[in-house]
Amino acid sequence: MAQTLIEVRDAVVTGATTASNVCAEYLDRIAAVDGTLHAFNHVMRERALKRAAAIDRSRAGDDPRPLLGVPIAVKDNLCTRGVPTTASSRILEHFVPPYDATAVSRLEAAGAIVLGKTNCDEFAMGSSNENSAFGPVGNPWDPTRSPGGSSGGSAAAVAARLAPGALGSDTGGSIRQPAALCGVVGLKPTYGRVSRYGLLAFASSLDQVGPLTLTVRDAALLLEVVAGPDPFDSTAADAKVPSYTETLDGDLRGVRLGVPAALLEAGVDPEVERVFGATVDAFRAAGATVSDVALPHAHCAIPTYYLIANAEASSNLARYDGVRYTNRAKLDAPSATLMTMYNRTRSEGFGAEVKRRIMLGTYALSAGYYDAYYLKAQQVRTLIRRDYDQVLDNVNAVLLPTSPVPAFTLGEKVDDPLQMYLLDIFTVSANLAGLPAISFPAGFTQGGLPVGAQLVGRAFDEPGILRIADGYERITNWWKKAPVV
Amino acid sequence: MEFEPVIGLEIHAQLLTQTKIFCGCSTSFGAPANTQGCPVCLGLPGALPVLNRAAVELGLRAAVALGCRVESTSIFARKNYFYPDLPKGYQISQYELPLATGGHLTLPDSDIDIGITRIHLEEDAGKSVHEGYLDSDRKTYLDFNRSGVPLIEIVTEPDMRSSADAKAFFVALREILVALAVNDGNMEEGSLRCDANVSIRPDGQSALGVKAEVKNLNSFRFLERALDHEIARQHEVLSSGGRVIQETRLWDAGADRTAAMRSKEEAPDYRYFPEPDLPPLRITEAWVDEVRRSVPELPAATRDRLRAKYGLTRDQAEQVTQIRPGLAPYFEELVEASAPARAAINWTLGELTRKLNDEQTDEVGVIRERISPESLSRLIVLVERGTISGTVAKDVFEKMYVEGESAEAIVERDGLAQIDDANALSGTVREVLSQHADAVEQYRSGKRGALGFLVGQVMKATQGKANPKVVDKLLREAIDG
Ligand SMILES: [Zn+2]
Repeated sequence: MAQTLIEVRDAVVTGATTASNVCAEYLDRIAAVDGTLHAFNHVMRERALKRAAAIDRSRAGDDPRPLLGVPIAVKDNLCTRGVPTTASSRILEHFVPPYDATAVSRLEAAGAIVLGKTNCDEFAMGSSNENSAFGPVGNPWDPTRSPGGSSGGSAAAVAARLAPGALGSDTGGSIRQPAALCGVVGLKPTYGRVSRYGLLAFASSLDQVGPLTLTVRDAALLLEVVAGPDPFDSTAADAKVPSYTETLDGDLRGVRLGVPAALLEAGVDPEVERVFGATVDAFRAAGATVSDVALPHAHCAIPTYYLIANAEASSNLARYDGVRYTNRAKLDAPSATLMTMYNRTRSEGFGAEVKRRIMLGTYALSAGYYDAYYLKAQQVRTLIRRDYDQVLDNVNAVLLPTSPVPAFTLGEKVDDPLQMYLLDIFTVSANLAGLPAISFPAGFTQGGLPVGAQLVGRAFDEPGILRIADGYERITNWWKKAPVV
Repeated sequence: MEFEPVIGLEIHAQLLTQTKIFCGCSTSFGAPANTQGCPVCLGLPGALPVLNRAAVELGLRAAVALGCRVESTSIFARKNYFYPDLPKGYQISQYELPLATGGHLTLPDSDIDIGITRIHLEEDAGKSVHEGYLDSDRKTYLDFNRSGVPLIEIVTEPDMRSSADAKAFFVALREILVALAVNDGNMEEGSLRCDANVSIRPDGQSALGVKAEVKNLNSFRFLERALDHEIARQHEVLSSGGRVIQETRLWDAGADRTAAMRSKEEAPDYRYFPEPDLPPLRITEAWVDEVRRSVPELPAATRDRLRAKYGLTRDQAEQVTQIRPGLAPYFEELVEASAPARAAINWTLGELTRKLNDEQTDEVGVIRERISPESLSRLIVLVERGTISGTVAKDVFEKMYVEGESAEAIVERDGLAQIDDANALSGTVREVLSQHADAVEQYRSGKRGALGFLVGQVMKATQGKANPKVVDKLLREAIDG
């Protein structure tokens, strides 16, 4: 059976199968296993089948659409017209957007079929998917473990072959970390490469929409479809979108990689360390040079990230106020004040982690604290970006693990937010610096859990990091090992 | 002890764009509630703002006209607060780096210069409707048509020393904004709103006193009254040994007083921070130059010029430049097209203004599209030449407006030309004399006024067409022999 996105597309294009058959197969598989995994908040069965049938009816002989008949799972924080979009929050339980996110409309214009909305941490805040109001996602490699977060549903869906590709969003690692923990490819594009229009904002200056797929080539294709300028997003870059798939030649000779060795000393699980070491060796063996690089401000990345992200979140989430489209708390006394309505609605509608971040962010922006927290964080952000700019003058990409640990047991860290935040140590810098980063499967722990490695490239050099990751994938082919669900 | 008031104003002016500041929705006033909205201005999840360049252009016009320095880079910022008619939970405004800074406006007929601290762009909120519905005692309704309408906020230096200064400033500013087509000047519909910062200090003291912000001053009269009241209130507090506290007060027009709204301690913390959804606004010098070239002459300068060039009185110059921006250009075109200035200004302030009042509009274009200045100037010339009388001319003007015909055509068609020919009039003169022998007698016995009556009778008999000068001469000749 076709597995990768490109295999599926080719099977439809050549007529080996139909869009309807493919769609039905994936839907059946979802029906069979998603009771265990809970990767989807909402499966669009009827709608997807209808669309698949329409594609089969209407397609011309040489339909050029790059995702013809390919089912795609979409994270539940991207607006889908007429389909519930909850961001896994109680407060948006009944919200049905009247419009599509730009990334979603581009998928559909490319011939893709949206299968459903994937589970995630509430408003994309979390690294374990345990912050979903609708329950956590199980990791396909071991459903008692976390798939990572916040795009845990998208990563689990792709790993479990419930969809050949998915869209996620990445604010501090939310595509890459679950991709690593589930053994799939996840790409966070350069800030501005993909339109954020229709993405429920968590931290506007950090959020990016990106692909999760089985292979690097699939990620390149999916990015090619969703990337590009958008008149509805002023922060979307005007730069032309290159053909990402065309640059994948598999040649790693002469590639220069930098490893921030000092940062890795911060504490990495021994199994992750072992796998990462082997990854470095494999790159060297294929002709790449690997050198030590210094990112002197990297140790500040986590506090910097949590100040900026939470500050922006405290403002972005203010619109969920009970007035218009969100759930509104039932007020028993008709004399209840407006303030009571706000308090009750938001207390009941938001989960603990979301409330914690709103409070921290509100504090960081408050009069008298702004300079010490938000402004200072912005200054450090500039330093972190400068570190990367300097390093990337000399190497093609920075190579580092995606997550310091493999998939952890559900419930293990959820009560310790600080420990959870520290899991983002290797991912947040790319968001702060606005740089593209890709996580790709790099091997397995002795216990059989996937481990990911990450490449961070220059701004808009998605072709560069895709080419390197693809070169590695051709040697190792880790993606071919599928979890048994 | 004598005290000196110190006043600064904050004025919010809606910009006359077709569409809202961050989306494509219409800005027109008076549409049914909630019919002008989209994901962006309703604050739906995931929607993003995109800046309307037309709003920037209008903001720049105001900035240039007020002599401000336009910042080459300005930044949008979020002003965070919760209110049901604020759909995103924050207003997109500008804070640390506004569109323009450091301008000034000289009050008319004085040398008082009022500094403009800054002009910044922002979006309006929606409207909370507290009355007018059957269940308004229990419910507040929301109308988001206004949400996202572009505004500029103009902040002045505390340079005004009396309520009269403040009023004169607001009047002059309004006139400029209207003349620039930046704002419609409509305070009743809320498209121009004013708040004031007021403090008083002992004469001779240079340090400022503690100020109160007075909100809701949405007419010239309210502004003046509210300031007078607030100055008197602070005076009383200080005179009786008390201390003015920094607070926000609301002008209550019904009660004719200001009332405390909230103290400084209760003031909300807006947690301003740079709007991450919008890149910094870059304005090139070329753009500013282009705007500078397109800014029309301001009303005060127009008045000076009209008086010098056409010999208008101060009153005439003021009337022709006030309220209706199209009036002065129309007047000037009349003169250019050969109407004498004296007649042209009388027509402009007379018939033209009357017609606009009848049509309940300030748009001179309404007249222009039916009667061009060129066409009206020909009518005026007909009067000047004595071809028709002034009375007939008013009827012709009306017919021109309704029918769109030229003055000459109407005069010709309706036979309205004045009768100058003595032969043609002599029969009518004889008839009037014989019918009104008593008046003839009165005239002969020295009542000169009787002649006017006889002239009137001849005019009446000729339906106003007779040239009254000729009639006068014929009557004298007939009676005096
Ligand atoms: Zn709108």
